[in-house]
Amino acid sequence: MAEPQRARPKPTPETQHFWDGTKAGELRLQRCDACAHVYFPPRPFCPSCAARKVSVFKASGKGFLYSYVINHRPAAPGFTPPYAIAVVELAEGPRMMSNIIDCPQTPEALELDMKLEVAFEALDDKITLPVFRPAKG
Amino acid sequence: MRKNQVAVVGAAETTELGVIPNASQLQLHADAALNAIADAGLKLSDIDGFATAVETPQQVCHYLGIKPTWVDGTSVGGCSFMLHVRHAAAAIEAGLCKTVLITHAESGKSMIGKAPRSIPADSLQGQFEAPFGVYGPPSMFPIPVLRFMKTYGITHEQIASVAVVQREWAAKNPRAMMKDPITVADVLNSRMIAYPFRLLQCCLVTDGGGALILTSADRAKDFPRKPVYIMGTGESVETPMVSQMETFNSSRAFKTAGPLAFKEAGIAHKDVDHLMIYDAFAHLPLFGLGDLGFMPHEETGKFIADGNTRPGGKLPLNTNGGGLSYMHSGMYGMYALQESVRQMRGIAPAQVPNAKISVCHGVGGMFAASGTIVFTNER
Repeated sequence: MAEPQRARPKPTPETQHFWDGTKAGELRLQRCDACAHVYFPPRPFCPSCAARKVSVFKASGKGFLYSYVINHRPAAPGFTPPYAIAVVELAEGPRMMSNIIDCPQTPEALELDMKLEVAFEALDDKITLPVFRPAKG
Repeated sequence: MRKNQVAVVGAAETTELGVIPNASQLQLHADAALNAIADAGLKLSDIDGFATAVETPQQVCHYLGIKPTWVDGTSVGGCSFMLHVRHAAAAIEAGLCKTVLITHAESGKSMIGKAPRSIPADSLQGQFEAPFGVYGPPSMFPIPVLRFMKTYGITHEQIASVAVVQREWAAKNPRAMMKDPITVADVLNSRMIAYPFRLLQCCLVTDGGGALILTSADRAKDFPRKPVYIMGTGESVETPMVSQMETFNSSRAFKTAGPLAFKEAGIAHKDVDHLMIYDAFAHLPLFGLGDLGFMPHEETGKFIADGNTRPGGKLPLNTNGGGLSYMHSGMYGMYALQESVRQMRGIAPAQVPNAKISVCHGVGGMFAASGTIVFTNER
């Protein structure tokens, strides 16, 4: 029997640009052309002012650790516990769920507000996930 | 909505609670419904309004043989039943129906006739949360906790004390699943589930159900049980993705639903004799006390750790033992409502003496939804 696989996202027409971005090594967000609100997850209108004219842009990839759990059990398929499930606040404002790499998965190492930068982890030839590592310098 | 125009005249849980290997989820709905019908002294044919969650109204109505002229299938998680009470009260007042039955049941432990929860890979949750290893409520609901603790200076010991105090209440309830006393050290040494939460800070997983019957306050006086009036109600939703909450320092859904219910009831916090705050996990009572405006969030941990919510304390909270110790089939809101009704009837195993106003606050999903009901036994 095959190893259990990590849950694999299936893009929709509204989110395809995001997943194209991660595959190209870019974290893409959207900004409202009318009110400049930056938001996530993707949708083709502004959730703040309802304008339909919005632009996709490459985010800085910088952020900080807003909160997390270190999951022990039950572990999701494809994960070896303990592993941190983090929420990252991006420099542009939105928050997103992710994982923290290149860092011990311990309360001591995972300090709230620590600076993070985006990295990319290919699941297969179509899907690449945005993950975060402690920022250098 | 005008206050005290509608009352609970029937309330019951399933005959058994806990592990029920000999009944499907649908049969548990029926068991709870039949118990509530008997409690109210009614016949099934008297029911003209029906509400339930997860199972559809058509499924449960057909099984029971009910022919409703008003239905509500609002399904927003564990607080769905608070929303049903609110919607039913409005429907009765508007004359859409006269006698509403609300049922909940879940084969949460035995999983008989229960569809597994799944997250579609092309949903927003499937794309932007599931790939990062969330797997069931224990890996999701506690995600805001560390931020909340840092913002307000709440300690691990204070949050552990929630489980300790609720076990004290559970010890007074013969139907509670867990009754043995525990200490803060027991909680902090129990098996790690999802740091910072350990086993004793996570809800039980059980089988069971409950049902309520509501009618107009004018008719309620002719029923065998002491009427419990709907004094105030509130509801809201925020987001199905815990990562997308506006802030981890409070719940927007709580802060909307709670104050709505207080305003409608026309009560102040000091008027509350008895309080239920849906505790799927140990941090929820802290969010609830703060978001409902009982005190600043900074004070919530100390308030509970100091014993103010324990038996004999000034604000009796989760007096059945809560989702942590009484029972939690998956959508606990119905059991919180049942305990509020028992307290208002004066028949709770851990009865709060002379309680006249009970606030019952529910959560759905991971802070995704909220419903608040204020009950009173005086009109």
